[in-house]
Parts: sequence; structure tokens; C-alpha cells
Amino acid sequence: MIEVEIDGKKFQVEPGKMIIEVADQADIRIPRFCYHKKLSIAANCRMCLVDVEKSGKPLPACATPVTDGMIVRTHSAKAIDAQKSVMEFLLINHPLDCPICDQGGECELQDISMGYGKDVSRYNEGKRSVKDKSLGSLIGTDMTRCILCTRCVRFTEEIAGVQELGTLGRGETSEIGTCVERSLVSELSGNIIDLCPVGALTSKPFRFRARAWEMEQMPTIAPHDCIGSNIYTHILRQRVLRVAPRENEAINETWLSDRDRFSYEALNDDERLLQPMIKENGEWQVVNWPTALKRVAERLQQVIREKGADKIGALLSPTATLEEAHLLQKLIRQLGSHNIDHRLQQMDFSAQHSMPLYPGLHMSLESFEGQDTIVLIGSHISREQPIGAHRVRTAALQGSAIFAINPVDYPFRFPMKGKQIVKPSAMPQALAEVIKALLDNGVAAPAVEVNKLVQNVKPSEFAVELAKQLKQESKKIIILGAIAQNHMHAGTITYLANIIAKMTHAHVGFLTPGANGAGAWIVGAVPHRGINMKHLSNPGLDVQQMLQAKLAAYVLLNVEPDLDCANPQLANKAMVAADFVVAITPFFSHKVAAYAEVLLPSTPFTETSGTYINAEGKWQRFNGVVPAQGEARPAWKILRVLGNLLDLEHFDYQSSEEIHDEVNRIVAENQPSHTHTLHTPTTIPPIIEGIERLTEWPIYRADNIVRRAPALQAAVINEIPVARMPVTLANRLQLSADSRVAIKQDDCEVILPVELCDDMPDNTVYIPAGFGLTSDLSASFGALSLQRSDTHHVE
Amino acid sequence: MGLKLTGKYMFKRKITIQFPEEKTPTSPRFRGLHALRRYPNGEERCIACKLCEAVCPALAITIDAEPRADGSRRTTRYEIDLFKCIYCGFCEESCPVDSIVETGMSHYHFENRGENIMTKPMLLAIGDKYEKEIAAARRTDAAFR
Repeated sequence: MIEVEIDGKKFQVEPGKMIIEVADQADIRIPRFCYHKKLSIAANCRMCLVDVEKSGKPLPACATPVTDGMIVRTHSAKAIDAQKSVMEFLLINHPLDCPICDQGGECELQDISMGYGKDVSRYNEGKRSVKDKSLGSLIGTDMTRCILCTRCVRFTEEIAGVQELGTLGRGETSEIGTCVERSLVSELSGNIIDLCPVGALTSKPFRFRARAWEMEQMPTIAPHDCIGSNIYTHILRQRVLRVAPRENEAINETWLSDRDRFSYEALNDDERLLQPMIKENGEWQVVNWPTALKRVAERLQQVIREKGADKIGALLSPTATLEEAHLLQKLIRQLGSHNIDHRLQQMDFSAQHSMPLYPGLHMSLESFEGQDTIVLIGSHISREQPIGAHRVRTAALQGSAIFAINPVDYPFRFPMKGKQIVKPSAMPQALAEVIKALLDNGVAAPAVEVNKLVQNVKPSEFAVELAKQLKQESKKIIILGAIAQNHMHAGTITYLANIIAKMTHAHVGFLTPGANGAGAWIVGAVPHRGINMKHLSNPGLDVQQMLQAKLAAYVLLNVEPDLDCANPQLANKAMVAADFVVAITPFFSHKVAAYAEVLLPSTPFTETSGTYINAEGKWQRFNGVVPAQGEARPAWKILRVLGNLLDLEHFDYQSSEEIHDEVNRIVAENQPSHTHTLHTPTTIPPIIEGIERLTEWPIYRADNIVRRAPALQAAVINEIPVARMPVTLANRLQLSADSRVAIKQDDCEVILPVELCDDMPDNTVYIPAGFGLTSDLSASFGALSLQRSDTHHVE
Repeated sequence: MGLKLTGKYMFKRKITIQFPEEKTPTSPRFRGLHALRRYPNGEERCIACKLCEAVCPALAITIDAEPRADGSRRTTRYEIDLFKCIYCGFCEESCPVDSIVETGMSHYHFENRGENIMTKPMLLAIGDKYEKEIAAARRTDAAFR
């Protein structure tokens, strides 16, 4: 500890800190533009010059480490004079267009020029003007306003991990740009809007919509991934017009993914369902709430009377809040059915009985840093949980060894120690190889079956390397991503990953799709757990069984079966065949309207209070930030009244807090009565010989909100429905980049354009889910037959 | 005595004017009905900076903005509620492009509910109609601004 004096106050600080850090902690304001606590120090704006005793010249506070006995004056005549001079230089080239600048009112340059700027410029020469850059659909540019602080450049390099922006040219002609004109591809690119101290980089969807001073700022939680980023919504006249990150060092730090930032556009979408509707003789009619709810209650009772309660099934999205999920499972279970599931994207549920309370990380995101080894299994983490990928990247930069077993060689923005790229069906095999390699290394198997299971496996070079790494006494985590969970052999993958973890004392974590996968598990929105988390000996049907069984009635909460389910073709057939389908949804979907009988307008996350439980297991409660639009109502209220109409017990909630408290009590008093014994597969599933399908839900097709956000849909990293395949396979099938291919699955054929790649194993075809065009296909994993399509289609 | 006073006023200049044929003169600083002005080339001046909306002490101004097809910043709604307006003239003072002004017009009335809301086309029309007077008044007063 050393002692420094700033503005007459003495501080005990650790050596190595910069003056500006000490001053910030003590709330002494030093003006700055280029300094940002999360970025490296550039010291190029010179705005933070302060007067340091015994130094002839003023020194930049951001780049001057404190020394013992240092005396700093931030507001002495010398400091102020230096700062004013810097300000005058900065304003030489800055245009005076604050009235039309979106940053006006929240601009660091504007604020600081109020304190340090001159009224009149002494500069009469020509001002610099810079051509605007096109950075894609999310970020608007006015590069003439740029003061070259290089925060954006440092962000793309240091945080996003792709050097997309750079400073080009020298002196007067230097400017920020992409060199070759192109859009930013980082999933975190929107953060440069916040970082830019002036109006050079602004939000394109928000452009000119409102002023900083007229909007209300309300806190909430982002609903698109299991990280649960903390956000602020900015509201004008009861409309969410912008989303900004809310700093939470434990979760999203100061960052936000583009998906969380720009998805708000969908909240004011034309497709918002604003009135309850009933289909009478094939015609949709707007009705009032009592009529709609009465109809639902009557029809459900009719189904119970005529076909039995077990012919009712409920599907909910993992984006539903804890309260909604709890009420829906309570309602379905009191009606006498256990058919409820939120794992819409999954195909294999054989391991569900051995799951812990919920699949999650069971550790903090912060503790990624300090892990010696991180193994990603079936995870496209940068697209599934962009903030999670940032955490892995931070860990990697601090020395963690990152390994991946994936079906695609994803271009992760962190250094990888090793990776194995295998066909989806070979993933269990790849894990078995690691186990075998561990056994060969003398690590004891936790159970005899394991030896038997892997006895015929020959470990690959990668497996040996990974085993060697995992064998070391160190901190390690194995992360199962969406591909591992959605896989057709997800149970086997989960088992094998757990075995590896047991053998090496590693930690197993799941990163589940949706914001509240953990919450849905905890309340029991899964078929095999009853009320109070009791394990059912006679479980209900999981989502795949529900769709195969062709139930008589389906209750859909926030679900678009054709876009959300692992087998959209099957889902569609089951819905069409059902006697009664009720959809509780914030959006009107023509596909759902084709088979639903009642549409109940619920509210998206901004218009309801609720709780999301993130992958860490952190309960984050949030309140509605704007009133419900139209006649839409929070889903928990809809389910509550529905419960009353069906004469169910304990459905007298007055607020969502009561539901939250009830769940909280249940969790505190009960533990799931499962046995933790792993479900042991008898064999390692064989690798599919021919062509097989790989499916992901692309980042901007993940849920019903992002799918309706225009700027995200126009973003360069948004995928389009294609059949992506390796060049080798395309050559064999005589396909080229501009040809089309007919995909045949079950009894349906879909024609997709071909995209060639070189980062996938042979005989694998990637087809994204979540698109209307691919929603006629069936299972997201498994064998596939392809044919060159010569029919010419006009788009 | 009383008659003397009567006689004095009998021959004094009369102050009664024949309204509406006659009108009292107004100062160029008079703050009457609002108008939105245009540039000589016909382009509307308003750039939707929303400073008038922010400064308005009576919250009489409501503005919605978005990019116009040519990418420029424009209002899609510019409304002044004349029932709320207190004619303080702050909007005119705050305007960086001399778009919103208060004209010398003080004779107007409303017959139906809702007519008190001046919309953007109405305000622009007033501006177009009285541009000459508005410009002249501003010129006269320029030295004191």
C-alpha cells in the first residue's frame, strides 16, 4: 500500500494503479474520452491531463501509475488549462450538429465541452469531413463526429476478439474503419454504440427516434439466453425504444449481446396479438376475455370427459417466466395429466431421470476465469450465449486450455488448445474415446459398465491429448451446449460427459437454450417430476412422445411449434390432428392460427413481472416496464383465471410475487427425489454411415421475439435457410454453390440452396431450424437423403 | 367642473378602434399563433432536435421523429396543444434552425373539440402563409437578439 494525495485527500492504494482509477473510486471526476475501465489504456485523447507535483508537464491520469507520496491536482489552474487546450483541439474538427445527433443529451463530448470548452472557436480553417462507413443493419455511423479515441477499435480487438475496426491513415487523415467495407460480424458489436463517447457510432434501429432526456430508464432481464444479462429498457410514451446494458460484474459486466440489445423492436411489431380470438367455423373472431377463457375451460373439460385427462398436453417455451411455467404445470397436473415439457428442441430424454434439480452451470460465470481446462461439447457458444463465449474467451486469454468436441469447426474468437470435429452421430464415440484414453492412462473407471462400454474403442490423438490434460490435478469444467442437449443421443452424451467428469473430478455444466430453462426444470415443467418436485414412477409424456401420441388437446405457452420444435413436421401434424389447441402467445402466427381454436394474447417480458433463473442458478426477478399493449395480459394472470374457471385448487394469486414465493418455498422444502444414478446406455450408438443432418437454432431465430426483430433479421450474421455442406460431399453429389438440393425426410421434401463450407466433417449437412422453409422437415438430427434439384424455383 | 372634463375629452383623439376592420399595431416581438417555417427552397427547417419539446414549460409540444427516406432527421408528428401553450416563446428561443416561431397572429378561435391541437401540416401552412411577415418581424428585431 502506498499513499497518494488527490485534490487534497489522501488515499491508501495498491501500487500499479493508475491515477484515474484511484480518482474514480473516490468519486473525483477527471474528464476522459479514450479511457474505459474494461479496455486497455491508449492515452490518446489527452483529456485526462492532471497536474502532478514534481512533474513539469501535466500527465495523463489514465496512463500514469500512482507512486508513493504522489500529489495530484485535478482542478489546479495548470490541469484545467491543459484540459481546456485539449478540448479546443478536439472541437476543431468536431461538427456542430448536436441538434441532429442521436448522442445529443448523453454525449460525453457535449458534457465535457460544457465544462472545458470555449464558447467561440478560434479555428477558421476548413473542418475535416470523413465518409460514413456501412457497418451493417445494427450500427449507424457519422464518422465526421469521430474524435479517434479508439475505444471501438480496442473493443473489437480485446473483447469481441475479432479485429474488425482499425485506425487507417495518419494525422489529419486518420479515420476509423473496416479497411474493406463490410458489416461487423461480432455477436457483441452493439457495444461499440455504448462505448463511443460521441455520436460517431449510434444505434441504427433507434436512429432519430427519441432523445436521451425524454426517455424513462427501467431495469429488466434479457430473455434470450440462459446468461440472463441485466438490461435497461429506455421507454418513451409506453414504448420500449432502446435497450442498454445494466452493469452487473457477475453476469454481463458492462456488455450486452446484439440479440439482447436489438430484439426489442419485435415488442412493437405489427404481429402482436392484442385481442383474444376464437375460431368459429374457420373464421377468426375477436372476443372478450371471459368468452375466450370460458371456451378454453369448457373445451379442456370436454376433452377430459370424452378422452381422459392424459390426452391433454402442454408445451411451453423455455423463455416463459418461472411463474408462468409453475402455473402451467400446476394447471395441467391438477387436471390429471403429467404431459408437460419445455424442452422443445430436444429429441432424447433418456437421461432425464438422472438430472440434478436443473441442468445449469452450477457455478458462477465469473469462475470461468481461473479454470485450467474448459471442454465444450456440442456447443456453438458464441452464437448460443454470446456473453458466455466472452467469459470463455476471458478465461482462455488468462491461460485456460479450451477444448471442443463439435460437429462444426466453429470460428471461435478464443485460442483453442485442441478440437475434434466429428459428425453429429460420432459425438458419443468421440467422448467414449476420451474415456478410453483416460482408462489407458490409468484412471480408474467409476463403474464396471464403463470398461465394458468402451472396450472396443480406439482413442484418437485428440482423445489422448485431452485425457492427458484432464488427468492433471486442476480446475476443469465440461460444458454441454445446445447441440449436445438436442442431439438424438443426448442421454448417452450426458452420461459419457458425466463419466469423464467423475474420472477427472471435473465439473459438468449445461448451457440450456432459452432464458429460463433452469426455472422450467425447477418448477417441474418436465413430465417426470410431479408437484413438489417428487419423482414420478409413472411419468407423463415428453415433448417428442406428446407429438407422436397425437393428443386430443394441446396448450401452447409462448410456442410456435413449427419453428421451436425439434421435429417441426411431426409437431405440425400433431397440432392439426388435435381436437383443441389453445395458444397463449404474444404474437400472431399464421401457422399456429391454422390449427388453434383459441388465441390468448399474453405479454412479452417487458409487460409482465416474473423471474428468470439463469445458468448459474441465480434468481433474477423483474417487473414489467411498460403497460400491457391492447388486451394482452401477463400469462400468469391468464393461467390463474383459467385455473379458477376450471375449479382448480390454490389458484388465488394476487400477484406474481405470490407465485414466486410459493416456488421458493417448494424449492426450500423439497429436494428432487431422484437418485443421481446415471442412466447407463448399453452400447455406444453407432456412427451413421451415410449423410446425416445437423441442426442448430441460429442466433436470430432462437425465439418468437428475435424472429420478429427486423434489424436482427437483416444483420449479416443472421442465417438463411440453406443446406450447408462440406465441399467433398457437394462434389460427390455434383453440387455447386449456386445449385439447389432437395432434402428428403420422412414424407416431405424441401428444396434449399446449397452453401459450401470447409469446416464440417464429410457426410454432414447443416440445416438451420427456426425458418418457415425448414419447418416442413422432421427430426433435427439423423440420417438424411439428398438429391440435386434441377427444378428452377423463383424466389 | 365636471363639464370641463367632459369638454376636454370630447376634443381628444378617440382610442376606440373598429375591430375587425381596424387593428391595433403589434410589436415585432409579439407572441401569437405558432408556425413552422421553411427554407427558401421549400425544405422544412425543423430537424426534430426536440429542444422546443424539452424547453416547453407547459408540455404543450409533442414530437415524434424518424429518418426520412433521404436519411435526414425529420418529425413525423409535431403537435402543439394551444390550450396548454402559455405563449412564453421559449420554443422559438430554443430552436437552433429558426423553425418554430410565434407569429403576430392573435385572432383565431376554435369551434370544435380537438381543433386546439395544431398539427405539423397546419403549422407549416401558417408558416407558408405568413412567411413574409415572420421574416420581416425577425429582421426588425435582429439587432436586439
